[in-house]
Amino acid sequence: MKPAAFDYVRAENIEEALDVLRQEGADARILAGGQSLVPMLSMRLAKPRVVIDIMHLPGLKRIETGGGMIRVGAAVRQRELERQADLGAQQPLLAAALPWIGHAQTRNRGTVCGSVAHADPSAELPLVLVALGGEIELRSRRRSRRVAAATFFAGMMTTDRKDDELVEAVRFPMARSGAGYAFREIGRRHGDFAIVACAAVVDAQRAQLAVGGVADRPVARQLPLPGDPALEDALDAFAWDLDARDDLHATATYRRQLVRRLGRQTLEEAARCRA
Amino acid sequence: MPRLNAESLHRVSFKLNGRMVSGQAHARMLLSDFIRHVLGATGTHVGCEHGVCGACTVQIDGVPARSCLALAVQAEGADIRTVEGLAPAPDRLSLLQNAFRENYGLQCGFCTPGILMSLDALLRDRPDATEPEIRDFLSGHLCRCTGYGSIVKAALDAARKLREERERA
Repeated sequence: MKPAAFDYVRAENIEEALDVLRQEGADARILAGGQSLVPMLSMRLAKPRVVIDIMHLPGLKRIETGGGMIRVGAAVRQRELERQADLGAQQPLLAAALPWIGHAQTRNRGTVCGSVAHADPSAELPLVLVALGGEIELRSRRRSRRVAAATFFAGMMTTDRKDDELVEAVRFPMARSGAGYAFREIGRRHGDFAIVACAAVVDAQRAQLAVGGVADRPVARQLPLPGDPALEDALDAFAWDLDARDDLHATATYRRQLVRRLGRQTLEEAARCRA
Repeated sequence: MPRLNAESLHRVSFKLNGRMVSGQAHARMLLSDFIRHVLGATGTHVGCEHGVCGACTVQIDGVPARSCLALAVQAEGADIRTVEGLAPAPDRLSLLQNAFRENYGLQCGFCTPGILMSLDALLRDRPDATEPEIRDFLSGHLCRCTGYGSIVKAALDAARKLREERERA
């Protein structure tokens, strides 16, 4: 339970971090809040040659709103976003999901972008990003690019990020008028990884449900509006299509049932919350 | 900053309970191990070592965090508080510590230092913390002795006494 040896670079500017990433590629890991990476190091699930600490880069510490987006830099801690004034009005789904991430003690250090880069299939922030149709900003020495959340998450802890790229920021679309948002999660205890987590966005025409903890990545789907008799069958089909597996925490049957029940409740709550 | 080589020891300095301290650490050394083994402050306990149990919780720059989920080299220049920093004098417990003693808030005591550091921060920020808030905050800690009831009682008692102290002041 002790990390294997690695070099440590406390990057002083973003170019320095990107240079090390370019030189070391897959042998380098970015360290931000450390709440996912440090346990991976301790359990030796990750054995990088070099760890690049980006928490001292001032350019990455900003939360900016504009152009209908909340842009969160790579060094912004989850707690900082959670405490952002007006977050509930700017994006209620984000405000509802943040308290479900780990515990207050881990949100004090964990970063928003770190959770997205880590891409745990049951993590809340990737789910919210997929539900809202958000984007990830990636930067390397070669180029900068933006990737839609739906294509960024490629599988279990696997993303579209190339070895020389840094997740520089994530962009959450702000609340649309006429849309309602809701988040629900079932876990063994509050703060545990979700067995199933649901995020819903409902407006007058469309209902979208995103589900985490079941497939190897968060998955969003358009469904009939709450109240439409077709919703039940559509939820059932969604539950089966997520290809649930049995594991230590829950059976596949239980997970499918949670998608049906929790999914419906989340959609109904979002419909009730429509502004 | 130059790259800190994996094989060499590096000087790490930070403020521990109000005093500047420093020691030598490899880049891979966890902050929890640095506090205990290099600085000798063994009040901070280490349980699961992957961020689940909360025993190693300390305050980093004023907020509770797991010392097993930080590297010692990350703490350079930080302001760190551990359970040793709670009591106002060697023969006097803090109000929170005393509330734990009076309400049987501990049995074996292994989880206690981490819980105290979390509650100390919570009650400083929110002296009006309600029982659900306290329980939510405690969800970041595992205790296998008490069943948590007496811990919640101690926290509520401490919150009440802190409010009274504040009103008197």
